[in-house]
Amino acid sequence: MTFGEALLAAIDEVAEQDKRIVLFNPSFAGEAGHEKLAAFRKKYAARIKFPPIAEIGFCGIAIGAAMAGLRPVVDISTATFSYEAIPQIVNEAAIAYSNSGGQTNVPVVFYMKFGIRGGGGVQHSGSPQSWYWNTPGLQIVMPSTPADAKGLMRTVLTKSEDPTIFFGHDRLLDDLGEVPDGVYEVPLGKADIKRAGKDVTIIATSIQVPRALAAAETLAKDGIYAEVIDPRTLQPLDKPALLASVKKTGRVLITDESHDNCGVAAGLAAIIADEGFTSLRAPIKRVSIPPVPVPYAVPLEDYVTPMAQRIVEAARALCK
Amino acid sequence: MLPDISRDKQLAILRRMLMIRRAEEHCIRFNDEHTGLIRGHFHVYIGQEATGVSVCDWLNADDYVFTTHRNHGHVIAKGGDPKKVLAEIIGRATGYCQGRAGTFHVAAPEVGVIHTSAIVGGCLALAGGTAYAAQVKESKAITVVFFGDGAMEEGVFYEALNIAKLWQLPMIFWMENNYRRSGRGAGHAATELTNVPKALNVETTVIDGIDVGTVHKTAKDIVSRVRKGEGPLFVEARTHLWPGNAFNMPKLVGGVTDIAWAWDASKAPEKVRDWHKDHDPILNYLRELAGAGISRGELEKLDAEVSQETDAAARFALESPLPDAKAALNYAFAGKGI
Repeated sequence: MTFGEALLAAIDEVAEQDKRIVLFNPSFAGEAGHEKLAAFRKKYAARIKFPPIAEIGFCGIAIGAAMAGLRPVVDISTATFSYEAIPQIVNEAAIAYSNSGGQTNVPVVFYMKFGIRGGGGVQHSGSPQSWYWNTPGLQIVMPSTPADAKGLMRTVLTKSEDPTIFFGHDRLLDDLGEVPDGVYEVPLGKADIKRAGKDVTIIATSIQVPRALAAAETLAKDGIYAEVIDPRTLQPLDKPALLASVKKTGRVLITDESHDNCGVAAGLAAIIADEGFTSLRAPIKRVSIPPVPVPYAVPLEDYVTPMAQRIVEAARALCK
Repeated sequence: MLPDISRDKQLAILRRMLMIRRAEEHCIRFNDEHTGLIRGHFHVYIGQEATGVSVCDWLNADDYVFTTHRNHGHVIAKGGDPKKVLAEIIGRATGYCQGRAGTFHVAAPEVGVIHTSAIVGGCLALAGGTAYAAQVKESKAITVVFFGDGAMEEGVFYEALNIAKLWQLPMIFWMENNYRRSGRGAGHAATELTNVPKALNVETTVIDGIDVGTVHKTAKDIVSRVRKGEGPLFVEARTHLWPGNAFNMPKLVGGVTDIAWAWDASKAPEKVRDWHKDHDPILNYLRELAGAGISRGELEKLDAEVSQETDAAARFALESPLPDAKAALNYAFAGKGI
């Protein structure tokens, strides 16, 4: 099952049981899943809206509907389109529960495709996970595999009462992966060790997980055994699991496809510096996007993308 | 004109309007008499009481009302408790939101005000959401979103209105034009603000927002039509900026309203005399009630009762404890993880 199909399957599973689930512009399935998407849209036609091109309008409507007891799932499509709705997502959805002293819940899901997709250029390659992570009140989910995507989406739809930003990397959507049979959940705030190792911890999010696993394979040939750990959700964050891995290896490299400055890697590095400093035998290393808008032409785009080779080089330097 | 309802109901409307006026006067006095009690600027609903109260008179407990930075009056109009409103305004643990919201964001979910945004236009789309939810749930609940003339300068107004019309949402866009924006200079290129909804085929009504009878009758018609599925509809209720509102921090420029001015406006201080004589919805309504045979003594007694109640509410707020400092970390998330 592809990543996109896994998302669709999770929503289908829950929506069948829960009539409060409504969908705006559902397009989750990626290229591979277009037939399944068509069937899904037919099955849930009565609960699906295709709003006009009006992000601040329809995101606000989804938020208001969540406050009134529905569980809307909004497919933003490209993550940068959500910038048009920032006033509603950041300044209404995220603060309502706190402002009301715990009286008004906002169980809305904003799904968005993020990251360097290949030719997206300066406006369709955005990675806003660190912006949203810097907004108290928003849950941040960013799985790396179809199995995690399905289990996390189910948990969000069945258990969460908070607004959630659900990130799927554009280049992961058509990735195939094993998905367990039957109904299962992946809890929020539980990291997953994707490959065990002893020499260096690589904390990787979303698309950086397959890149880190490829890097770990290369590093193993040099006798460097990297542990790849995927937080899977940034909010809530499984700090104990990350710190335990760093304690075991004494070295940490953090890789995420947002920008270096105040990015996800920077935020995780700060936590490790604060709470895991005595475990460290080397400085914390980040592999993310340099602080430039993502350019269009192939060599320019490749230069700023945090590919496996950059992870390999950084890990080697750490383990010298 | 007087609303076409029983005498008791007419007086109930007067009582709610006075409750808002007296509570807002306390709010201003909090700021004038106690430095730092209200932390920052604030806005009051004085002069617009006829609209909020008359509209909410036709709403049910499960109907939704959204408001603005000028929210105190709408919360009380929908049935909110002035004690909890005043306590929230000064950040007390007993306030509607336990002191987390303050004057700008008073939300009272128990009476249908589930969230309040102080961002101009912030609730327009959210109101579309509660209306959409009612449509999905096939409930009869409707949503009224109150906003000012300034909100029509925001892009979200256009998007929310457009979607509301396309989806035929059961909601009322109720604009209270207090000329706060247009009175200061051009904030909108439209000759008439109603031209904007008209361009999207949303039916509009323009009324005198200080006349209780007019607002009440219009609200009855608009609410019942929206409940029958004829929404969205748009109303512009025109009010007149209260002289004390001409500042970022409202001031009781003529002192608290003395209802005796209804019978003899010359007694009112000069700075506010014309406004109370011609534009004050409460004094206007009092004159009409008196004209219909309700004695001045009875009206004064009612005002005294309301004042006693709001005085007690102000004391309750002032005597209430501040929240415990550690409560700052509560309620970031409904779920457990931080």
